[in-house]
Amino acid sequence: MSKQDNVPKNPASWLLGKLATSLERIGAESLYYLEQAGRMGIFLFACLLNAIRPPYKLFPIVRQIHFIGYRSIFVILFTGTFTGMVLALQGYYTLRKFGSEGLLGSAVALSLLRELGPVIAALMVVGRAGSAICAEIGIMRNSEQIDALECMAIDPYKYLMAPKFIAGIVSMPILTFVFDVAGIMGGYVVGVSMLGVPGGTYFQEMYRSVVWADVEMGLVKSLVFGLLIIWISAAKGYFLHLERSGGFGAEGVSRTTTSAVVLASVAILVWDYLISAILL
Amino acid sequence: MSYNETMSFAEGLMVNSPQKNIAIELIDVDRSFGNQQVLKKINLVVEEGTTTVIVGASGQGKSVMLKHMLGLLKPDNGQVLVYGQDLAQLRKAQLKEVRKDYGVLFQNVALFDSMNIFDNVALPLRERTEASETEIRANVEEKLALMDLDGVNEKYPAQLSGGMKKRVGLARALVMNPRIVFFDEPTTGLDVSKSNEIYRLFHRTQKRLQYTAVIVSHDVPKIFKLADRVALISDGIIEGSMSPEEFQLSDNPTICAFVRETMGPIYCSADEEKFIHETV
Ligand SMILES: Nc1ncnc2c1ncn2[C@@H]1O[C@H](COP(=O)(O)OP(=O)(O)OP(=O)(O)O)[C@@H](O)[C@H]1O
Ligand SMILES: [Mg+2]
Repeated sequence: MSKQDNVPKNPASWLLGKLATSLERIGAESLYYLEQAGRMGIFLFACLLNAIRPPYKLFPIVRQIHFIGYRSIFVILFTGTFTGMVLALQGYYTLRKFGSEGLLGSAVALSLLRELGPVIAALMVVGRAGSAICAEIGIMRNSEQIDALECMAIDPYKYLMAPKFIAGIVSMPILTFVFDVAGIMGGYVVGVSMLGVPGGTYFQEMYRSVVWADVEMGLVKSLVFGLLIIWISAAKGYFLHLERSGGFGAEGVSRTTTSAVVLASVAILVWDYLISAILL
Repeated sequence: MSYNETMSFAEGLMVNSPQKNIAIELIDVDRSFGNQQVLKKINLVVEEGTTTVIVGASGQGKSVMLKHMLGLLKPDNGQVLVYGQDLAQLRKAQLKEVRKDYGVLFQNVALFDSMNIFDNVALPLRERTEASETEIRANVEEKLALMDLDGVNEKYPAQLSGGMKKRVGLARALVMNPRIVFFDEPTTGLDVSKSNEIYRLFHRTQKRLQYTAVIVSHDVPKIFKLADRVALISDGIIEGSMSPEEFQLSDNPTICAFVRETMGPIYCSADEEKFIHETV
């Protein structure tokens, strides 16, 4: 019975109607994303402006570096070591096929410096600090603490955001460096101590093949990723109340934090490709 | 009419002399959330140095109206003028200048929940003045003592009772000696003697600092002793803005009903009720 009702009388107009609604939906959807992108862009601009504009307060920046950078060191050391170890293991079996196990050191170092160091370190920081930043700002937004700041004539961009941005941009290259060093050491342990590559060769090949451009690429990536992480997670929290799915209460914060982590991770991988493509 | 009320009536007459400047003016303010129109053509004038009390049943738009005066919400139509400046037209920096004169207590207090009480109250001093840490300590402790809050400096907002949070919020709102204060239900959740104490404090500080006050309160009729003007908001419409004496004797049916409901006896028998309805 109801199936009968659903059969359109005039298929052409029915199809046109469907088309119109889906076009409408696509339009609304694009507008939403456009609006969101605009908001995020203005947010980034305001944050960076406030980060470079005096007065500078050292203590909040140090606190944020402590949180974003220092407190991430352990997890970075740990993941870095294991990444280096698995690189050495896999690299050794591949290189052995061509009889060039001697190149292991340079293979490990190049993969780490150019690619895996910045990317994995950034992904770890997203999980550790990005989610925390998003949740913190989101809860402040939800409980009107950001409104309270504004009403006290304290600029949230200056007071809350600027120290986080500075700390993110400063911490990320250092964390990446730590990750790289840990990875090279991990590779050494597996390659030299376990698989028998001569220790001298491991480092010699590394010195020979690594050039400044490799270091530079890693540095550029880590700076960009640091900015991306803080930008996306802080902005998601800051605009929690404008979330389309509704940023209400504990669930709103958790949903937004999840989406910030996903978005930041995707952005890191996309930008990783873009920077590689530009710098290569 | 008690002695006190007569006194405040006389003061009301003096304060409302015509040479007063207008501090805040709402002109035909409309505001909707979705399809619910919360404010309907609100007009209100708050004269400098006077206390305006806004009363009304729960959910009638008092807090929303206050947020318009704070510049946190923008009207759909109409204007909110603070010292002649339309808040919606101001740039961020200008709005910040306006808010430097503000002292705000939110209905949910909105204390910074990851800072201790001392830091909460000290924040505006630290961020907006060059005061030394000793001066800040003296000032903050004086304000906390005024609110009868001793020995809570190191506690966090989550460790305080509801009424204590309110009082911390008041201390924070008053710490910069504001020119205009906005209190959203300052004594809700306080016991009678504490709220009397707060009213006395308001009276004293208002005399001393001559600030302009906008107070939302359910504490009728007690709050009337503080009021130079009382405005009733009902269903998004302001029903007159008049002295408390006029308010209590008004023949506007909405105000009449409100006065009877809030100041008349409760829990009366059907006979008594009939009697009241016939006589009032
Ligand atoms: N952000 C918002 N989104 C949607 N509706 C809102 C929002 N803020 C307030 N409202 C609605 O506006 C109306 C007035 O709310 P408001 O908070 O001003 O009430 P109130 O007069 O302060 O009440 P109370 O005395 O209980 O605090 C309510 O119906 C509320 O649902
Ligand atoms: Mg309210």
